[in-house]
Amino acid sequence: MEWLDWSLVALFALIALAGGFGVVFSRNAVHSALFLLLNFASMAMIYLTLGAQFLAMAQILVYAGAIVVLFIFTVMLIGNEPVSDATARARPLLHAAALILAIIFLAGSSYVLAITHQQAPVGLAEQGSIQSVGHLMYTRYLLPIEMASVLLLAAMIGAIVLARRVRPPLGAPKE
Amino acid sequence: MIPTAFYLILAGVIFTIGVLGVLIRRNVLIIFMCVEMMMNAVNLTFVALSRQFGTLDGQVFVFLIMAVAAAEVAIGLAIVLGMIRHKDTTNVDRINLLNG
Repeated sequence: MEWLDWSLVALFALIALAGGFGVVFSRNAVHSALFLLLNFASMAMIYLTLGAQFLAMAQILVYAGAIVVLFIFTVMLIGNEPVSDATARARPLLHAAALILAIIFLAGSSYVLAITHQQAPVGLAEQGSIQSVGHLMYTRYLLPIEMASVLLLAAMIGAIVLARRVRPPLGAPKE
Repeated sequence: MIPTAFYLILAGVIFTIGVLGVLIRRNVLIIFMCVEMMMNAVNLTFVALSRQFGTLDGQVFVFLIMAVAAAEVAIGLAIVLGMIRHKDTTNVDRINLLNG
């Protein structure tokens, strides 16, 4: 069944790459957000092939369910003007930097692939099911999880304070 | 079993696409989306290496990163909204109030 694994992973990897390119190169911000959704969903499928079922579901819930919806909501809220100056046409330096970075990355990864001695993965004994990940979360990583909840609370309050429309105080003269 | 190197290279390519987006695009929302994509690529390396070494700690870490990403998006989009209310543009080149 090796070829089945490979074909599944390759399919979802191609979809994820296509989604990534779509985010970068589409003109419309709504289209970018939808391509981002495609990317996140196929990443969830790739997590499944790695045996991380819980994370795949969390990925769909958090990224596809919350983050992309927030993005689309914001794009709709600001009226999605078609940005004619969307790409940095006047910035050839940034284009050159992007090209150089991409080349450096390709060279580096092929060098690492050629030089390293690859060991077979150990594999997860009990898979990344909710039970095993949750057990770890509430025993060894209890403090970080609690801190993450405090962080989320702070983010919630901060977002409300930042996005609130500032009203003039009562009794102030109208303009 | 599919080798870990495949996943690592996939994550690297997706990260590079995110960097390209941050460098090429000028729309603040799309730059933000690319940052999210880069974070996702890093998550993929965590999950792949968690399988490579046979421990679940990497997956717990990815869960924490997801919480941080959610907080980051909420705050970031609130900042974007406030900025648009203030300056009425999404082009990061025109957001230069601190530029003197």
